[in-house]
Amino acid sequence: MNLTLFQKLKLESVMLPALAILGCCLIWYVIAGKSVTTVKTDDWGDTVKVTKRSGISADLPTPVETWTASKAYITDPFAKRGELDQGILRFTWLSLKLVAQGYFLALLIGTPIGFLLGLSKKFSMAFDPIIQILRPVSPLAWLPLGMILFSGVKVMDAGGRTTFGASDAAALFTIAICAMWPTVMNTAVGVRAVPQDYLNVAKVLKLSRTKTLWKVLVPATLPYMFTGFRLSLGIAWLVIVAVEMLTGRPGVGGFLWQQYNANSFAHIILCINVIGLVGYVLDRLMSLAESKLKTA
Amino acid sequence: MSQPILSLKNVSKGYGAKGARTEVLRDISLEVREGEFVAIVGYSGSGKTTFINMLAGLLKPDSGEVLLDGKPITGPGPDRGLVFQNYSLLPWLTVTENIALAVDSVFPTWSQEQKSAHIAKYIAMVKLTKAAGKLPRELSGGMRQRVSVARALAMDSRVLLLDEPLSALDALTRANLQDDISEIWQSSRKTVVWITNDPDEAILLADRVIPLLPTAPATLGQAIDIPLARPRDRSAINHDPQFKALRNQLINLLLAAKEKSRTTVSKKLVLPDILPEDISTPNSIQYLTRRGPRRRSEEKREELEVAS
Repeated sequence: MNLTLFQKLKLESVMLPALAILGCCLIWYVIAGKSVTTVKTDDWGDTVKVTKRSGISADLPTPVETWTASKAYITDPFAKRGELDQGILRFTWLSLKLVAQGYFLALLIGTPIGFLLGLSKKFSMAFDPIIQILRPVSPLAWLPLGMILFSGVKVMDAGGRTTFGASDAAALFTIAICAMWPTVMNTAVGVRAVPQDYLNVAKVLKLSRTKTLWKVLVPATLPYMFTGFRLSLGIAWLVIVAVEMLTGRPGVGGFLWQQYNANSFAHIILCINVIGLVGYVLDRLMSLAESKLKTA
Repeated sequence: MSQPILSLKNVSKGYGAKGARTEVLRDISLEVREGEFVAIVGYSGSGKTTFINMLAGLLKPDSGEVLLDGKPITGPGPDRGLVFQNYSLLPWLTVTENIALAVDSVFPTWSQEQKSAHIAKYIAMVKLTKAAGKLPRELSGGMRQRVSVARALAMDSRVLLLDEPLSALDALTRANLQDDISEIWQSSRKTVVWITNDPDEAILLADRVIPLLPTAPATLGQAIDIPLARPRDRSAINHDPQFKALRNQLINLLLAAKEKSRTTVSKKLVLPDILPEDISTPNSIQYLTRRGPRRRSEEKREELEVAS
């Protein structure tokens, strides 16, 4: 074959992942239960079809079954047939909207806290234990607390329908408090890593505090901050599923839980794939922005 | 003689906690007159940066006082322009923006046009007009140091402090920059304190050279006045007997101090208690003259020279 090295590499970079995916699907197919339909004559003399599932995991749908069951959601991704029966991209959009709100809340709170931690030794000493204890707490634990905290929140539109209630506030609270830690920690580390030379320049030029912050500290910390932002976005996307499951909000996670309760197992697999793909795309976008920032 | 613009009186400075404190500088006294170019020459690690950081106000002396125009220095300020050894330009700002940061902070009342004219003037002075819009990482080391010099000059400070400004540059770039700075100085006649580790550079540029003697802690040595006429031509000066004499004087001062600070430490060494036999000694009556291996324990003491 007359393939150049580049073509070979490209072929490999397409072929190898494709093979791996195929392999996984094969294993999935082997494990999955298969429907066996038998025709029987029952006691009344009628012929009836009896469908039985058998296999290693009898309830797990096969890849083909998953596809046929999910087709409607993928081929018509923006359809709205009901509150919890919408096209998959419509669900994704709902989830993303909530994630974006919670995420920006996380950045808005997390970045200043990170700066304070990095700048003040006393602040850092005081709050470090609290942060270390709160950091590993699961979103599932925060949500009920959010519900209690914001139980009085109720914003209604003209028609008397609640547009922003306790569960919305709790969802935002949970996403923000879980997603902010990487931003807090990375910003603090970045501020501590600002070279003394830059700070000396600020001192010699007698820059005011605000000017030192905006002209020296923030630009010097930006690469660290952005790494934090990226990790935070990943966590925000992880949290959204848990939040939607618990609150029953329409979205990818809510759909997943509802379909589990409805014994519609194929849709669970669809949701998992969509969640993974969206997470991957978000991470790629952030790292693209990050690399842009580093060369700037 | 006019009143000194900058003066240090019996200044000492040390580092470390109270118990294990090492003094870096002791009993430094110096007076710099208005318009004077003073060079401080010393070995690396002898406290030169500590010295200039005290002048800049980034460090506080342990004892003694540092005065500017007769008033004690309490902190860093734009009346003392500082050029750092590693340029210390902010990498996210262009050449113009780096200088503008200084100008904005020193002349906050100026109009925008006034500021940009001022900035352009100093960029032109260090011959960087073409690179005005570039970021520091797009510039060579020499160009970066020019920006740093322009930034310090643009602050229009009373005194210019330069901390080994050229030691990170290659020899040719250094020579170029020395000539340029010398030229700028002759037209502006600003008061300059120049720290360097290069005796030639000091003599070439300064009115007065003061060696920072590497005793522990370091002290300032006898000042050497440089009466060489300006402008000083680099290639001609190398053959000038006066220049040679001055250089010898300076280098001898520094070397003598180094010699003095070298200490002899005697200590016992734990080594295998044996020394090789001296086979080369001819011995006719073998068993009588030739001794067996010498033992180290028989040697009384060893003197080791340890350079401090």
